[in-house]
Amino acid sequence: MNQSRWRKFRKRVVRHRMLILMALPGLAYLVINNYLPMLGVTIAFKEIDYSRKGLFNLLFGHEWIGFKNFEYLFRTDDAYTITRNTILYNGLFIVLNTVVAIAVAIVLNEIRSRFMSRLYQSLILLPYLISMVIVGYLALSMLNVENGFMNKIILPLLGIDPVSWYSEPAYWPYILTFVNLWKNVGYLCIIYLAAIVGINHEYYEAAVIDGASKWQQITRITVPLIAPTITIMMLLAVGRIFYSDFGLFYQVPLNSGALKPTTDVIDTYVYRGLMTLGDIGMSSAAGLYQSAVGFVLILLSNWLVRRRSRDQALF
Amino acid sequence: MRTNAVQQTLFHAIMAALSAACLFPFILLFVVSFSDEQSIILNGYSLIPDSFSLEAYRYLWGQLTPLARAYGITVLITAVGTITGLLISSLLAYSLSRDEMPLRRVLSFLVVFTLLFNGGLVPTYLVYTEVFHLKNTLLALIVPGLLTNAFFILIIRTFFKMSIPGAVIESAYIDGASEWTIFSRIILPLSLPILATIGMMLTIAYWNDWFNGLIYITNPKLYSIQNLLNRMLSNIQFLMQNDLGGRSSESLAQMPMNAVRMAMAVIGILPILCIYPFFQKYLVKGLVIGAVKG
Repeated sequence: MNQSRWRKFRKRVVRHRMLILMALPGLAYLVINNYLPMLGVTIAFKEIDYSRKGLFNLLFGHEWIGFKNFEYLFRTDDAYTITRNTILYNGLFIVLNTVVAIAVAIVLNEIRSRFMSRLYQSLILLPYLISMVIVGYLALSMLNVENGFMNKIILPLLGIDPVSWYSEPAYWPYILTFVNLWKNVGYLCIIYLAAIVGINHEYYEAAVIDGASKWQQITRITVPLIAPTITIMMLLAVGRIFYSDFGLFYQVPLNSGALKPTTDVIDTYVYRGLMTLGDIGMSSAAGLYQSAVGFVLILLSNWLVRRRSRDQALF
Repeated sequence: MRTNAVQQTLFHAIMAALSAACLFPFILLFVVSFSDEQSIILNGYSLIPDSFSLEAYRYLWGQLTPLARAYGITVLITAVGTITGLLISSLLAYSLSRDEMPLRRVLSFLVVFTLLFNGGLVPTYLVYTEVFHLKNTLLALIVPGLLTNAFFILIIRTFFKMSIPGAVIESAYIDGASEWTIFSRIILPLSLPILATIGMMLTIAYWNDWFNGLIYITNPKLYSIQNLLNRMLSNIQFLMQNDLGGRSSESLAQMPMNAVRMAMAVIGILPILCIYPFFQKYLVKGLVIGAVKG
C-alpha cells in the first residue's frame, strides 16, 4: 500500500517535473532568505567566535552558552524600555491611524466631484510613497534647531522660545506619532474607502427616504458595514505589534543618542547591537525575543481573523 | 438642497486642509532648495525666501560623477530587482496554483510560514555576509528584497486560480503545450493587470530601499541614491569628503549647505513624483489587494 503510494508520487513528480522546475528558483530563494536565517536563530544561545565563518559554523559551530545572552538582556533596563516603547507606539498608531483614516475615508466618499476626489486621494497618498530617508529630511526641515520651520516661523508667532528638538526626548512621542500618521493615513484611507465604496447604495437611499441625517447614515450604515474590514485590519496590525517601522525610529530622530529613552524600539536596539556596538550576543537575543513573541501574536491574531472570516486568514 | 451645498463645501474644506498638510513639507523642501543661503541663515526655512538662488543645484552639478553613479545604481537595482522578483514569484505562484503540483500543500505552507516567523536581522545578516559573502556587492542591494513580501506570491496564486479557467489550461495541456508554453503564452498575458500592480509595488520598494545599503554596503562607490541621501542627512559634506569622484576644490565655506541638503532630497523624490500620476491606478489597486487578500 505504502509502496504503491510512493510509486504514484514518484510518477507524479516525473510527469510534472516542469512545474517543479518552475517553482525551484522561488523555493531556493525562500530557503536562502528565510529558512537559513530561521535555523540561524540558535546563535542567540551561543558565544560567537568571529574567526569561524561559513554556513556550517553558523548552524553548528560556536560554543553553546544557554540563556546567558537573554539573562544579560533582561537584567538591563533596556529590555523593558524597548518593549514598552514598541508596544505603546504601535498600539497608539493602530488606534489613531484607524480612527483618522476611517474619518477621512468617510469624508472623501462624500465628495461629489470625481476629479477632486481623485486629486485629494493622490495628495494624501503622497507621503506613503517616499522613503523614510526623505521623511528624515522633511522632518529636519521642520525641526532644524537653527533654521527649521518650527523654531523660526511657528514658535516665534506663538511667542514660544526655540526648542532644541533633537535633544529633548519628551517631544518625540508626539513627533513620531504625527509623522507616522502623516505617512500612513493615506494608505489606510484608500483601504477603507474601497470598503465604503463597496456598500450597496440602496441602504442610503432607504435611509434618506426615512429621513436619516448624514450623521445617522454614517454611524448607522457606513461604520457597521465596514466593521469587518476594520476588525481584520486592526487584528492584522495587532499581530505585528512587536515589529516596528525601523525607518521611522531610526531616520526621523536622526539616530540621536539623547532621544533614546523615547525613540528606542526593539528593531533599533537589534540594529545598533549588531552594526554599531558589535554586541551580537545581546542583539541576537533581542531579535529572537522579538521573533518568538511576534510569532505567538501573529498566530493569535490569525486565529481570531479566521474565526471572523476564513478567506482573510493567512492559513 | 441648501444644506447639501453647505455640506459639500465643508467636506471640500476638510479634504483641502488635509491635502495641504500632506503637501506642505514637500513644498517647503522644494522652496528651500531654491533659496539663497544667506536668506536661509537669516530667516530660517521659509516658504517666501528673500531671494532665490540656483547655487545649490549648481553645486550638485559640480558633483555630477558621484550623483550620476548613485542614480545609475538605483536604476539598475530597481530594474533588475523588479523583473527578477516578478519572474520568480509568478513562476512559484503558477506552480502552487496547479492541483497537479506534487507537494503543493506543503510547499504553500512553507511560503505562508515565512509570513509568520522570521529569523530576524542578526541571522539574516550573518547568512548574507558570512555564508554568501554579499557584503559590498550590488547583489546585496537586490537579493534581500526580491520577494519583498511572500504575500505577493499568495496574491498572484489566488489571481491565477480565480481568473484563469482551469479548462483553458487543460485544453492547452491536451494539445501538447508544455508547462512553460502555458505559463508564458497563456497565463502571463492574461495576468498583466496583477503583474503590473505587483511590479509597481516592487519598483517603489527598490527605489526607496536604504536599509540593505545601510547594513551591507560600506563602500561609498556602491551607494544607491537613498544611501547617499542617508549619509548626507547626518553629514552634509559627505559628497565631497569621500573620494567619490566629486570635485572637492571648492572650499567648504562656500557651500550652500542648507540649500544643498534640500536639493539632494528633491533629486531623490523627483522620479517618484514624476511617474506617480501615470501609475496611480495600479498603485491604488495594489494597496487594496495587498491589504485585503485576494
